[in-house]
Amino acid sequence: MLLNQFLVLGAALFAFGVYGLLVRRNVVLILLSVELMLNAVNINLIAFESYLVSAQAVGQVFAIFVITVAAAEVGIGLAIVLMIFRNRKSANVDDLSLMRW
Amino acid sequence: MVGMRALVIAAEEGGHGAVEAGTGGFWADTAGIMLVLPFVAFLLILAFGKRLKYKGGELAVGALAINLLWATVLFVLNMTGGVLDQTTFEIARIGSDLVFELGWVVDGLSIMMYFLVNFVGLLVFIYALGYMEGDVRVDWFFAAFSLFAGAMLVLVGAPNLIQMIIGWEGVGLASYFLIGFYWEDLDNVRAGNKAFMTNKVADVGLILGTILVGVAIGSFDFSELSIAAAEHAEALGAVAVAGGLLLFFGAMGKSAQFPLHIWLPDAMAGPTPVSALMHAATMVTAGIYLMARVFPLFQNLAQDTRGLMVVIGAITLFAIGLLALVADDIKKVLAYSTVSQLGYMMTAVAAGGYTAGLFHLFTHAFFKALLFLGAGAVIHAVHSNNMSDMGGLRKEMPTTYWTFVVGSLALAGIIPLAGFWSKDEILATLGHEGYTAVMWIAIAGAFVTAFYMARAVALTFHGTYKGEGHPHEAPRVMTAPLVGLAIPSIFVGILNIPGVDWPGIGNFTEWLGVRVVPMGDYHPEGIDWSLAAIGLVAAGAGLALGWLIFSRDRATQKARDRFEVPALYPLLRQKYFIDHAALGVVGATTGPIARFIDWTNTYIIDGIINLVGGVVKALGEFVYGTIDQRAVDGVFNGLSAVTDGAGSAVRRLQTGRVQQYAAGFVAGALILVVVFVLIV
Amino acid sequence: MEWFETWGLTIIVFLPLVGALILGVIPKDNEDALKTTGLVATLLAFLASLVLIAQFDYSGGVYNTYQFEVEESWIGAINANYHVGVDGISLPLLVLSTFVVVLAVIYSWNHWDEPKNPKAFLILMLILATGMNGTFVALDLVLFFIFFEVVLLPMYFMIGIWGDKSPRKVPGFSKLFETRLYAAIKFFLFTLFGSAFMLLGFLALYFESGNFGERTFDIVELTRLGSGGAFTGTFAFLVFGAMFLGFAVKVPMWPFHTWLPDAHTAAPTVGSVLLAAILLKLGSYGFIRISLPILPQEAVNWAPAIAILAVIGIIYGSLACLAQTDMKRLIAFSSVGHMGFVMLGIATMTDVGINAAIIGMVAHGLITGLLFFLAGSMSHRYHTREMSRLGGNIKLMPVMGGILAFTAMASLGLPGLAGFWGEFMALVSAYNPLEGLSLGVFRTSMVLGAVGTVLTAGYMLWMLQRVNLGEPPNEWEGHTFHDVDRYEAAAWVPLIVLIVAIGFFPKVIFTSTTDTVTSLVDMAFDPEVTAALGSLMKGG
Repeated sequence: MLLNQFLVLGAALFAFGVYGLLVRRNVVLILLSVELMLNAVNINLIAFESYLVSAQAVGQVFAIFVITVAAAEVGIGLAIVLMIFRNRKSANVDDLSLMRW
Repeated sequence: MVGMRALVIAAEEGGHGAVEAGTGGFWADTAGIMLVLPFVAFLLILAFGKRLKYKGGELAVGALAINLLWATVLFVLNMTGGVLDQTTFEIARIGSDLVFELGWVVDGLSIMMYFLVNFVGLLVFIYALGYMEGDVRVDWFFAAFSLFAGAMLVLVGAPNLIQMIIGWEGVGLASYFLIGFYWEDLDNVRAGNKAFMTNKVADVGLILGTILVGVAIGSFDFSELSIAAAEHAEALGAVAVAGGLLLFFGAMGKSAQFPLHIWLPDAMAGPTPVSALMHAATMVTAGIYLMARVFPLFQNLAQDTRGLMVVIGAITLFAIGLLALVADDIKKVLAYSTVSQLGYMMTAVAAGGYTAGLFHLFTHAFFKALLFLGAGAVIHAVHSNNMSDMGGLRKEMPTTYWTFVVGSLALAGIIPLAGFWSKDEILATLGHEGYTAVMWIAIAGAFVTAFYMARAVALTFHGTYKGEGHPHEAPRVMTAPLVGLAIPSIFVGILNIPGVDWPGIGNFTEWLGVRVVPMGDYHPEGIDWSLAAIGLVAAGAGLALGWLIFSRDRATQKARDRFEVPALYPLLRQKYFIDHAALGVVGATTGPIARFIDWTNTYIIDGIINLVGGVVKALGEFVYGTIDQRAVDGVFNGLSAVTDGAGSAVRRLQTGRVQQYAAGFVAGALILVVVFVLIV
Repeated sequence: MEWFETWGLTIIVFLPLVGALILGVIPKDNEDALKTTGLVATLLAFLASLVLIAQFDYSGGVYNTYQFEVEESWIGAINANYHVGVDGISLPLLVLSTFVVVLAVIYSWNHWDEPKNPKAFLILMLILATGMNGTFVALDLVLFFIFFEVVLLPMYFMIGIWGDKSPRKVPGFSKLFETRLYAAIKFFLFTLFGSAFMLLGFLALYFESGNFGERTFDIVELTRLGSGGAFTGTFAFLVFGAMFLGFAVKVPMWPFHTWLPDAHTAAPTVGSVLLAAILLKLGSYGFIRISLPILPQEAVNWAPAIAILAVIGIIYGSLACLAQTDMKRLIAFSSVGHMGFVMLGIATMTDVGINAAIIGMVAHGLITGLLFFLAGSMSHRYHTREMSRLGGNIKLMPVMGGILAFTAMASLGLPGLAGFWGEFMALVSAYNPLEGLSLGVFRTSMVLGAVGTVLTAGYMLWMLQRVNLGEPPNEWEGHTFHDVDRYEAAAWVPLIVLIVAIGFFPKVIFTSTTDTVTSLVDMAFDPEVTAALGSLMKGG
C-alpha cells in the first residue's frame, strides 16, 4: 500500500504552507498558504482512510468537512482582505498590526 | 418637721418603693414641665425669634417664669412638709438587665437646684434683655441660653446617671456655643473648643465611672445606688474606689477643679450674662451636684478617695484664688474667684460635709451671679473688661456700686451676709472631720478672697475714671435683677444658722435632708464662735488690706491699681506707712506666688495641654501620613503596582503581527513534536 | 393584607429594580418623567417597608424565626432557594435602606454631578437599592452573596463615571491617576477580594452541611446546625476567617479600610451618602447574621482579635482625621472610627454589645449620611473641599452652617442624639463581655474607646472651627451663596428629626432588636442551650 508516499507528500505540502504563512507578507498569499496546509491535512485523511478502510468512510467525510470549512474561511477571509485593501490601500500584514496594546 | 423625718425613714425602710409612692402631689407629678419648657422656647426662638420684638428674649423669659412658679411652689412645699417623688419612663430596655430611663426626681437636693437655676436664670435672662439689646444674633443668644437652661434642668432633675450624662453634655454644648458666641474672632472659638475638650476629657471619667457603678448594681438609678451604698452592697464595694475616682474626675472637669480649671477663665470670652449664669452660678456647680448625688457611695464605700479629693479641692481654693490678685480683666478676677469657691464646695463635699458644700453652692450662686451681672453693667458702660480702664464709677452707677459691694461682702464672708454662714459651716465641717490643715488653708483662702474683692471694688468704683467716654448707670431692666440678687445675697445665709429652727419651716439642712437614704453627714449643731471669729478676722483683714492698698489716694486723686504704685509716689509711701509694710508683705509673698502660679498656669499647665494637643495632632499626621498612606495603603498599592508592572512587561509580547504569533504556534508545535518523538 | 405576608419583602426588594427597567424605556431627555419614576419606585418601596413596620410582630422574637418569610425553590441542583424574611435585627436596617434611598433621590432632584445623565444615574441608584434591600432580607447564602455583589457594580460606575476627575498621585506609581478611576477600581478590587474568600467560606459550609443531612445554603438551617455545635475545629476557624475577610473589608475594619477614604472622596455626593449610610452596614450585618450564629464557638475565639482591630480602628481613624485637609476625606475617616465602635460591640458577643452595634449602625447611617450630603452641597457651592480655603460658612449660609454644626455634634456622640447610644453601649458591653472572653483585652478596649470619643470630639470641633466659624476668607468676598434649597431641606429634615428622635427615645430601635438579639446570644453562646440543640440535632 502506498501510504508513506502520500504522507511525505502531505508533510511537504504542509511544510510549504507553514513556510508561506510565516514569510509571506501579502495577506492573499498567506490565505493561500493556509489552504495548502488544509489540503495537506486532507491528503493525510484520505490516505489513512484508504489504508485503514473504515465502514463509515470517516476520513472522506472529514476531508469534505475540511473542504467546506476552507471554502467558508476563504470566502470570509478574502472579503475581509478586500475591505482592508479598500480602506488602507495595502494588503501587507505588517501594516495591520493594530491589535495590540 | 416630724412628718418629713418620718418620710425619710419610711423611704429607707421601704426601699425604692417609697420613692415611687411619692408625696409631691400635682406639683411634683408635673415638675417635668420645667425640663421641657426651655427646649420648647429654644425651638420657637430658632423658628420665629428674628421676627419678635425682643428677638425671642420674651420667650426665654416666659419659659423660665413659668418654671420658677413650679420651682417656688415645690420649694415651699418642701420647706413645710418635704416632697419626695420620682417619675420615670423607659426609653430603652436591653435584654432583662439594662434599662435606660428618663424622668425627673423631686427631692430636697433637686428642689434646691430647680429653684436656684430658675430663679437666677430668670433674673439673668431679664438682665440679658437689656445687655444684649442691639447686639448681633440676639435670637441665637436667647435660643442657646434656653438650650442651656433646659439641659441644666435635665441634669438637675436626673433620676439616673444616664440622664445626668445627657444634661451634662447638653450644658457643655450650650457652653461651647455661648463661649464662642462671637465666633467671627477665632480666639473665642478656640476658647469654646478648649472648654469643650477639657470637659470631654473629664467626661471620660464620668462615662467610665457610670459604667463601673451602673454595671455593678445593675441600674443607673441614683436611688438604687444610694440604697446599694447604704447597704454596703458587695458588688458595688468592689468597684467603689475606682468608680468613685472616675466620677470625681468627671466632676473635676465641669466644676473646674485644679488642674482641669484652665477652661473657665477662657470661657469669659462669652457675653457676661452667660458667665453669670453658666460659669458662676449653675453649670460649674454640676460637678458638686454630681458628687452630692452619689454622696452615699463616697460616704459608705469609697472613703479611701476622700484624702485626694480634699487635697485637690484645697489646692483649687487657695492657689487658683491667688490668681485673682493679678488679673486686670474684671471678669477674670471673678472667674478665678469662682474656681476658688468651687474648691471650697468640693473640699466640703469630699470631706463629708454634704450640707455645708451644697449650702455654699446655694449662697454662692446668688452673690456670684450678682457680681458678674454688676461687672457686666460696668463693662456695658465703659466698653472694656479691664479694671485699668475703670475707676470712680460709684457716682455714675450707684445701684451697680451698692449691689456690687453687697456681693463682694457676701463673697468675702462678712457677717451676717450669706457667704459668712456657708463658709463658716465649711470651716466647721473641715475641723470636725479632722482636716485641720485644710481648714487653715481655707481660712487663708478667705483672706485672699476678701483681699481681691476689695481690690476689685476699689479699682472699679473708687478713684478716678480712667476710661473713655461718659459711663452711665445701666437701664432699669439690668439694675432690677441686680437688686433681685442682692436681697438673697444678704439674707439666705440665715436659713441655715447651725442650731436654729425657724418656726414652721425648719432650716436648710432639713430641706436638703429629704432624700431616699439619709446618711450620717456632719452638720454643726451650734455656732462655733471662736472659729467664726477667726474666719471673720481673716476676711476683715483681707478687706482692710486690700482697701488700704488699692483705694483712692486723697492727695493725688489717683487710684493705685498696681503694686508698683508706692515706688512711683514716694510721698504716699510715707503718708501710709502701714500699706507700705503691707505691700512689703503682700507684694513679696502673694505677688510673686500669684505670679508664679499664673506663670505655671499659662506656661506649665496650659503648656502641657497645648503640648498634648500638638503631640496628638502630630501623631495624627504621622499615623495618616506615614502609617496609613505609606505602610498600610502602601501594601495594597504595592500589590497593584507589582501586578501592573508584570502586566507591562508581558504585554510587550503582544506585537499585533499575526505572523509572529503564527511562528510562536509553529515553534510550540515543533517543540511538542520533538518532545513526543524523543521522549514518548 | 394577607398577600403582603408573602409578597411584602419581594416587593420591597424588587420594586426599585422594576423602576430601573421602566426608566430604561423612558427617553433620556425627559428628565421630569425619569425623576418622578425613580421617586415613585423608591417611595413605594419605602411605604411598603412602613407597612412592614406596622404589621411586624415585636413580641418575644425568637432568633432564627423570621416573619414575612418566603421560600421558593430556585436552583434545585445545588439546593439554593429564594428564601427571604425579616427579624428584629434586619428590620431597622431594611427600613434605613429604603428610607435613605428615597432621600437620595429627592436630593438628586437638582444636584447632578458631572456628566449629569440622570437616566443612567437613577438606574444605577435603583439597582443599588435592590442589592441593598436584598442583602438585608436574604436567608440563603447564594442569594445573600448575589445581592451583596449586585451592590458593587452600580457603586463602581457611580464613582468611576460621576466621580472626582482631578488627578492624584499614588505611591508606588510614577504616573498620575484620575481620582475617580483609582478609587473605583480600588473599591471594586478590595471588595471583590474579600467576597471571593467569603464565597469560599459559603461553599465550605455548603459541603460540610452534607454531613448532617442534605447539603444546604439555607441560613436558617445552617444556623440551626451551627448553634448545635456542628461546625468546629480547624474547619470552622478557616471558614470564619474567610468570611471575616469578606465582611471586614466591607465594614471596613482596620487594616482593610484604605479603600474607604478614596472611594468617599471620589464618589459623587449621593454615592458617598449611600456608601456611608448603607453599604458599610452590609459588612457588620453579615457578622451578626451569618458569622455569629453559624459559627458561634469560632466567633468567641476570634472575638479578642476583632475587638483589638476595632479599637485600633477607633483610635487610628480619629488620629487620621486630625491630619486631613479635605473635608470629605475627614468625614470618611470618621467612619472608620465609628464603625470601630460597632465592631467592638459585636466582638463582645453580648446582647448589649450587639444591640449597641445595631443602633450604632443606624445612627451612623443617618448621621454620616447627612454629613456627606452637607459636604457634597458645600463643595457644589464652593467648588472645593479644602478646609484651608473654607471658613465662616455659617455667616455665608446660616442654615447650612447650623445643620453642619448639629450633625457634627451628633457625630461626636453627644448624649441626647442618636450617635451616643451606640458608643456608650459599646463601652458598657466591653466592660462586661461574654463570659470566658479576656477581661483584660476588653476593658482596655473600653478605656481606649472612651479616649477615642475625646479624639472624635477634637476633630469634629476642629472641622467646625475651620469650616464653619471665623471670618470667611477673602476669596469668597462678594460671592453670594444660595443657602439650603427646598430639595436639600426635604432630604435633610427627616434625617435631623430621626437623629433627635432616636437620641431621646432609642426604644424605637430597641423595640425591634432587643428580644431577637437576646435570643440570638442565648442560642449561640449559652452552653445549656447549645447542648440541648446539639442533642436535638443528633437525635434528628
